[in-house]
Amino acid sequence: MRADFRIANAVERVEGPLLFLRRTVNVGLNEALQVIGCDGIERLGRVATLDEESVIVEVLEKTAGLGVKDTVVSMLGEPVCFDVGPNMLGRVFDSIGRPLDGDTPIPAMQRMRIDGMTINPARRALPRDFIETGITAIDLMNSLVRGQKLPLFSGGGLPHDRLATSIAQRARLRDSDSGEFAVVFVGIGVSHDVAEGFRSAMESSGALGHTVMFLNRADESSAQRLLAPRFALTAAEYLAFVESRHVLVIMTDMTNYCEALREVSASHGEIPGRKGFPGYMYSDLASLFERAGCLHGYDGTLTQLPILTLPGDDIGHPIPDLTGYITEGQIVLDRELDRRAVYPPINVLPSLSRLMDYGTGEGFTDADHPALASQLFAAYANARRVRVLASVMGQEGLSDNDRDYLAFGDAFEEKLINQPSARKLEESMAIGWEILGLLAESELTRLDNEQIIRHVRPEKAHA
Amino acid sequence: MSDATVSWLSGPVLRARTSGRFHVSDAILVGEQQLLGEVIRVDAEGIVAQVYEDTTGLRPGDQVTSSSKPLSIRLRPGLLGNIYDGLLRPLVAMPGDTVQPGMREEAAAQLRYRPLAKRGDILRAGQIIGEFGSEGVADKHLVPPGTGGEVVSIADDGDYDDDQVLCVLRDDAGTETELSAGHYWPIRWPRPAARRLPPREPLVTGQRIMDTLFPVARGGRAALPGGFGTGKTILQESLAKWCDAEVIVYVGCGERGNEMAEVLNEFPTLEDPRSGKPLLDRTVIIANTSNMPVAAREASIYTGITVAEYFRDQGLHVALMADSTTRWAEALREISGRLGELPGEQGFPAYLSSRLAEFYERAAHVATLHGEEGSVTIIGAVSPPAGDFSEPVTSQTKRYVRCFWALDRDRAQARFFPAIHPLTSYSEDAEALARWWRARGNPDWTDHRRRILTLLEQRARLERMARIVGKDALPPRQQLTLLCADLINEGILRQSAFSSVDRYCSPERQTALVHVILHFVDRAEQALEHGVDLERVAEMPVLRRLQRASEEIPEEKVAQFQLLMARLDEEFDQLEKRQAHAR
Repeated sequence: MRADFRIANAVERVEGPLLFLRRTVNVGLNEALQVIGCDGIERLGRVATLDEESVIVEVLEKTAGLGVKDTVVSMLGEPVCFDVGPNMLGRVFDSIGRPLDGDTPIPAMQRMRIDGMTINPARRALPRDFIETGITAIDLMNSLVRGQKLPLFSGGGLPHDRLATSIAQRARLRDSDSGEFAVVFVGIGVSHDVAEGFRSAMESSGALGHTVMFLNRADESSAQRLLAPRFALTAAEYLAFVESRHVLVIMTDMTNYCEALREVSASHGEIPGRKGFPGYMYSDLASLFERAGCLHGYDGTLTQLPILTLPGDDIGHPIPDLTGYITEGQIVLDRELDRRAVYPPINVLPSLSRLMDYGTGEGFTDADHPALASQLFAAYANARRVRVLASVMGQEGLSDNDRDYLAFGDAFEEKLINQPSARKLEESMAIGWEILGLLAESELTRLDNEQIIRHVRPEKAHA
Repeated sequence: MSDATVSWLSGPVLRARTSGRFHVSDAILVGEQQLLGEVIRVDAEGIVAQVYEDTTGLRPGDQVTSSSKPLSIRLRPGLLGNIYDGLLRPLVAMPGDTVQPGMREEAAAQLRYRPLAKRGDILRAGQIIGEFGSEGVADKHLVPPGTGGEVVSIADDGDYDDDQVLCVLRDDAGTETELSAGHYWPIRWPRPAARRLPPREPLVTGQRIMDTLFPVARGGRAALPGGFGTGKTILQESLAKWCDAEVIVYVGCGERGNEMAEVLNEFPTLEDPRSGKPLLDRTVIIANTSNMPVAAREASIYTGITVAEYFRDQGLHVALMADSTTRWAEALREISGRLGELPGEQGFPAYLSSRLAEFYERAAHVATLHGEEGSVTIIGAVSPPAGDFSEPVTSQTKRYVRCFWALDRDRAQARFFPAIHPLTSYSEDAEALARWWRARGNPDWTDHRRRILTLLEQRARLERMARIVGKDALPPRQQLTLLCADLINEGILRQSAFSSVDRYCSPERQTALVHVILHFVDRAEQALEHGVDLERVAEMPVLRRLQRASEEIPEEKVAQFQLLMARLDEEFDQLEKRQAHAR
């Protein structure tokens, strides 16, 4: 039930994003309200702290223009909700779910809490469906599965947007054609050109019809920035679990989100944690990322692909660090590879997909896929080690075996990671087997003899 | 019962004005939905309490009732094989797909009961009254700690409701106590035992790097620190699957929901190598995922250890996996911040260290109140920010544990699992456990362990030197050390959690594998002394067999290690013979 009370003359003080009210009506913690200034603009707010005399309201939009005497507050009597309904695909919304494309609001079928509800872990189904993205570094080395949350760790100037767009365009199950995914794109504090770039890319591939966009521009208030992913995930949950679609949520840029969280926390006067970020940032990020998944009894799934730019390219910064502890792996983009014009510049060593073992191998992709990936990882890690040795004392000081590794390392980056166009998993695997041929057989400790004969040294099978 | 009225609210913390008596740590129920909470502070005007559920919609004026009892959970038969939240409320039985506030514990189905005591017996705390169920491992009916007396009445063989009175005891003062299947126990109080016993046996984990290099004793305490992506969770799950405890309590504290799904999905399909029953049948899962209320995260660790002690008291060996204690410490920090307490290092409260000590001290190898032997082993994962082991939670934990299994990012990036770094990890239990290995037919265990660690230590030193002078400039003897250390890494320490052959390695297979690989080291050193070229040794076909032996020789064919040994000797004999001819 929606109760609607309008109260005037209750405001005592406005301080940053906080509004101090006398408690004249009975409101509950976390309930939503509308704050209307003399300008007539409705601003969304939320009850943050309560005692018997007063109410502290967090205004989730700009407080400019609010006064003490002429501000009216209207209680909604429930937590912040989003009216969702059919025909959301193809639409563009602002950070709090108002249409931005000039079209009429969507018909409200259901009111859903934007904070989502905690999924009962006993009801979760284990994500196991392999998604083919067409990118070797992901498909072969760090496979993505439906219902996973896999962030892109990137840096300023790296082509993360291009990568995310191409995943959104191509992502499909192996035995189907395409177009399985509904895409929810959330621009968090992004500039206009990033949002437009994504839109036009989706349009040109004809995928705009199954894309919903939520845009929070860089010049909007920080409190609002915290709402954009919540509204978008609510829409995604509706698409996945009510309309039974497979939904891919792309969130860019989570670094802006965390910066906003720090700003809002500071304005509340909270004790800052590492680098000024609030101590609850882990729980707060988890409340977004944990909304990905598969549920027993539902056909739809929710997969997340958040993008974050590492501040100062530092993977130990609190933002990527806490994200990495919550998400199921990460895809790390590398500046050095990018400089050498390797596209996509994915550094596979720090990259990881935790759910890979559940969606690959016998019965999912190819029986030899896990062994091949493991061998490629081991060999490439060693190649990088040898490269360091070679840079210190030159190639002459190396053994033949080490020189093989150098050649392998170069081939790995130039032939396997670098790809001019999308590849099927089989094509990726074929290149993987081929470059392993550069190494001596005794180095292939993660393959069994049959795998070596079948794939790496097929000439031996004839001999 | 006492009442109070809410006067202030912020997140999970509230203040209330009281009329009755409230005590620190009392459990309370708040508002219409009867949300569960706990009193943290009491003063003349009222109380400060934390609420373990979503507080949305609470308002000043809401009622708070206290049970005047500390926050307790009901320990009862039938816990095994199920998943609970941080306050031991069953998650499977819950309606709907989401966790709703105000969830209640639900009455279990009927239980089969068989009395073992009879009228007139005098029973003390911890003694056996009867037993439950069919052939389940646990579920003895014990006199709860703090009660005892003469049996006035006892139920007959038959089926009973969960809450029916099964036995009545009368103590010396003439007070009668009615006992049903379960009893309440406050989660922050350690359960009593007759006495502590010294560590004697290892908790066999089936993971070579742990059992052979850094063993943990039954009743011991181990920490598993590592940055994200270093394989903490996979390792914790491997331990939960294959270690030889009789009961596993798996606490998912502030971690991913999908990890709980993994456990629920996999454990029923895997077979316990000892009992042959599904692994889930010996497991209790306590899940407080990262998006569940923070305050309950703090309680989930205590709930887990209390459940573990309950099984220990039945004379069982229990292993508790806590993943991750860092999230628990962060929950402490968050609550502490809301209370406005003075922060210590990195914002953690000053009492972090004593809380950690209290928790790890509950690990023990004991004689139970009725004279059986039981143990609780704690294995706590730690998630240090940026993988930095000097941060408060890791460094404080290090003070209270006896085993430190440090996970290494470089090893993890090369997909070398388990990524435990052999040079930064340690075990203080190793000496006490050598006797056990001797009794299991491996008198050389201490010696093997020392040799492996020495070789790995030398490798690290030589690698640094090779970086300056080049590998080829090292004398053959040192190059051989590098070769042997690599063989130890690949052949012994690496173990895939996903390989159906190698995910579990019995002590016998470990002994055989270590034995044959160290024999290679001996023979190679000897061959070098006899003038054989290092390159010839590096090219030996048997080397590849040794590297892959753990993968290719399964448990039931341990005898094949003898063949491998013979083959190894044969190849070396030939090498040396050829060398003698050449001369």
